[in-house]
Amino acid sequence: MKFAVLVFPGSNCDIDCYKAVEDTIGQPVDFVWHTATDLSAYDCILVPGGFSYGDYLRCGAIARFAPVMNEVRKAAEAGKYVLGICNGFQILTEAGLLPGALLRNNNMKFRCHSALLEVVNNKTAFTNQYSAGEVIDIPIAHGEGNYYCDDATLEQLKANNQIVFRYVAGNNPNGSVADIAGVSNERGNVVGMMPHPERAIDQILGSEDGKRMFTSILNAWREQHGAAVNG
Amino acid sequence: MAQQLTAKEPTAEQIAEQKIYKQMGVTDAEYELICGFLGRQPNYTEIGVFSVMWSEHCSYKNSKNVLRRFPTSGPRVLMGPGEGAGIVDIGDNQAVVFKIESHNHPSAIEPYQGAATGVGGIIRDIFSMGARPVALLNSLRFGRLENERVRYLFEHVVSGIAGYGNCIGIPTVAGEVMFDESYEGNPLVNAMCVGLIDHDKIQRGVAKGVGNPVFYVGPATGRDGIHGATFASEELTEDSDAKRPAVQVGDPFMEKLVMEACLELIDTGIVLGIQDMGAAGLTSSSSEMASKAGNGLELYLDEVPQREPGMTPYEMMLSESQERMLFVVEPQHEAQAREIFERWGILCAKVGKVTDDGRLRLFHQGEQVADMPVTALVDECPVYNKPSAEPAYYAANAAIDTAAYAEVTDLTDALKKVLASPTVASKEWVYNQYDYMVRTSTAVQPGSDAAVVTIRGTRKALAMTTDCNGRYVYLDPEVGGRIAVAEAARNIVCSGAEPLAITDNLNFGNPEKPEVFWQIEKAVDGMAEACRILDTPVIGGNVSLYNENAKGAIYPTPVVGMVGLVHDTDHITTQSFKAEGDIIVLLGETKAELGGSELQYAVHGVTEGRPPALDLAEEKTLLSAVLGAIQQGLVASAHDLSEGGLAAAVAESCISGRLGAKVNVETGLRTDVALFSESQSRILLSVKPEKAAELKAWLNEQGVVNAEVGVVGGNGLTISVNGKPAIDSPVEQLEKVWKDAIPCLMK
Repeated sequence: MKFAVLVFPGSNCDIDCYKAVEDTIGQPVDFVWHTATDLSAYDCILVPGGFSYGDYLRCGAIARFAPVMNEVRKAAEAGKYVLGICNGFQILTEAGLLPGALLRNNNMKFRCHSALLEVVNNKTAFTNQYSAGEVIDIPIAHGEGNYYCDDATLEQLKANNQIVFRYVAGNNPNGSVADIAGVSNERGNVVGMMPHPERAIDQILGSEDGKRMFTSILNAWREQHGAAVNG
Repeated sequence: MAQQLTAKEPTAEQIAEQKIYKQMGVTDAEYELICGFLGRQPNYTEIGVFSVMWSEHCSYKNSKNVLRRFPTSGPRVLMGPGEGAGIVDIGDNQAVVFKIESHNHPSAIEPYQGAATGVGGIIRDIFSMGARPVALLNSLRFGRLENERVRYLFEHVVSGIAGYGNCIGIPTVAGEVMFDESYEGNPLVNAMCVGLIDHDKIQRGVAKGVGNPVFYVGPATGRDGIHGATFASEELTEDSDAKRPAVQVGDPFMEKLVMEACLELIDTGIVLGIQDMGAAGLTSSSSEMASKAGNGLELYLDEVPQREPGMTPYEMMLSESQERMLFVVEPQHEAQAREIFERWGILCAKVGKVTDDGRLRLFHQGEQVADMPVTALVDECPVYNKPSAEPAYYAANAAIDTAAYAEVTDLTDALKKVLASPTVASKEWVYNQYDYMVRTSTAVQPGSDAAVVTIRGTRKALAMTTDCNGRYVYLDPEVGGRIAVAEAARNIVCSGAEPLAITDNLNFGNPEKPEVFWQIEKAVDGMAEACRILDTPVIGGNVSLYNENAKGAIYPTPVVGMVGLVHDTDHITTQSFKAEGDIIVLLGETKAELGGSELQYAVHGVTEGRPPALDLAEEKTLLSAVLGAIQQGLVASAHDLSEGGLAAAVAESCISGRLGAKVNVETGLRTDVALFSESQSRILLSVKPEKAAELKAWLNEQGVVNAEVGVVGGNGLTISVNGKPAIDSPVEQLEKVWKDAIPCLMK
């Protein structure tokens, strides 16, 4: 299984994502620049955190116009896995690949600390190694992580089981609607989340609860791949 | 247009007659010297260039002779002071690069940008050496948070540091913040950066090879930060607000791109010399690079990217626009270098040439507009030995008996007061705004004795800390200077690391005041002695003088930034208690030492007397014994006793470990003194019961005074003295007091 880690000017969790793929599942992984025009070689695309284009204007608002984003759209349509983390989540919402938007944290400050998440949907390609309702410890580090969507969208998210992660009740760090920490598209192959699973893959860094996101992806791909071969 | 602007500049004669040089901080005698070096009167551009190069900030003219007292070499030191940053060997062809720098004056006027550009500047110092920056630290001082302006400064300094570090993606892993009236109006903002490098990648800022082209990279030069170095070398006054234009504006996104492009350029191996444009911008980078190579340099100022039309040579040379670098390659490598910057979207302009005549010559619009000997700019600034005099307060303090205050009897309340004192209180409000986890190497996060950052692909890690108690230094600069180094070393050792070296930031008042100069000399003597005995040479640093407010000089604050090497990640140790039943052991002797203590400040409302004494030989024995114990796996937690003494240290280990403790100390001292004395060379350990005997035997063998003082467990902290209960509180309550203090004051 082949991974791409996108690199925009100002991405700064690109190396961490790259290392996380290497360390957790040992699959081949490449850095792919924002100028790339072909992602067909990749099975999973990671859109990393950071401050793409300085996050000037609005987080992710400029990155969505990068040439590589057309390819991300194609990959999503083709059913490949796309995971946006932090700034990557912001970019995916700006690009219209995920519903909703990320606003400034309700305390108006950047917040960095570990956060307890509830795995709401463990049926996605990104969460199949967790149990439903499991509480996991994944750090956050963002200034604009306050997820917002209108009531109708929220109802849709709930109805389609698109809420993937929620902050544990009473621990919402940014004011997000319905304590949402991560959502998927309708099809479930595109997920965006504010917390950083790539920062939680080694006990020496405080938590390894993020490891299973990577093993989930590999597991989902193998099942799909195996099914294709057998079918 | 440019002609008109240039025409407005005073002529060389007017500069001489009207003594315009004085506005730039140049004295009459210095002006005469400059005329001598030039063989004529300097024009406006030249006097501007000289004034910044001869400012304290660039020349260290008032501090140079004192700085010579520092030990700067050692078997591991690969590069000492003089380059962008010092470098220390950590084995396996790897080295650690680090430096601290101040941005005090800019932060007093424009706190967000002042602090942000302080971070940006120190990062450039690290990557210009060829190193990958891996961590940021800081050391901050403010007045009391009850003051509205202080809250404003605190809020925006923290958010400026966060804004820059978070965006560029270098974790801010540690720091210290202290609050005292002394810093009102003149906050201290010191930023430190730590980088990693392979030995063969080390760069120097030299303009090598006559005829080679000189390149400018980074954003265009604007009219911002003009005379920033001069501004940093004078006292802040009521008029300082008018100098807001001397404060630069930072763009961390740009610096991220410049950093990646420069590191890629360095990786190619074609760079002959590279230096950042920090204080005094193009002036200092060009002249210092020429000086270090023994060469000259020509700059063609029309080629310098400019943000606005009509900029004069004076403005271009003195601008401190941020995120700019200067480098030299051989002509045949020009295309390769340009390609890298183009890919990263960074301006790259050929702006000059290395020459053999030892002169810095500037050309603008077809004319030579300045011609100065490089050595005069860089090396010939006069060095002053300022008069030094012991201040009256020092003698007066000798008579004060700090053990004679009325006894504090409600000791639980006293502990809460100390824990709620912003200097001791939790700094979560601060560090939660910093991304301290990016790069996924932060093994010990902010809040313990020192931060620890792992080194990928090895079992090694780096421990790092910043320390200085300005109250101690004020009360006795020599002892306070020693303590600053020793406390940093204690924090490093408590984290499981061997202290390697220090970088220092000497923050003092106006050196022209003999009492201030006395503080500088004494503090440096104390630090130098500690560095020698503890084997931690000074590999670089920064001097920030003229830190004064309406009431006088700030407390002398020579901040120590120390880095240590964890030989194996298994040795990483934190301050938090780990498990019920672990035995608590106190190392070192507690004496009646309340001078400069947090109890004295928070409860008695004074800072007076003598600070705690420090015996460096004893300290050294303690440090090596504790490091040995940690390396043998005998230690569960380790915490240095500092502000707030034993009571605060035990409380902190309980709070961070979410565990209670029952402690009893046997002492001949009065109860309040025993619990809050800040005697030095003390460390609180906890140990698994089955290892307690082995630990005790080891400590005895090493000659370290030690006493078993309690057991970890339960939800409450009780401390007794000679069997008599003194402090009793649920840990949760202490945690609340400690955690809520700063957020409450900031609301």
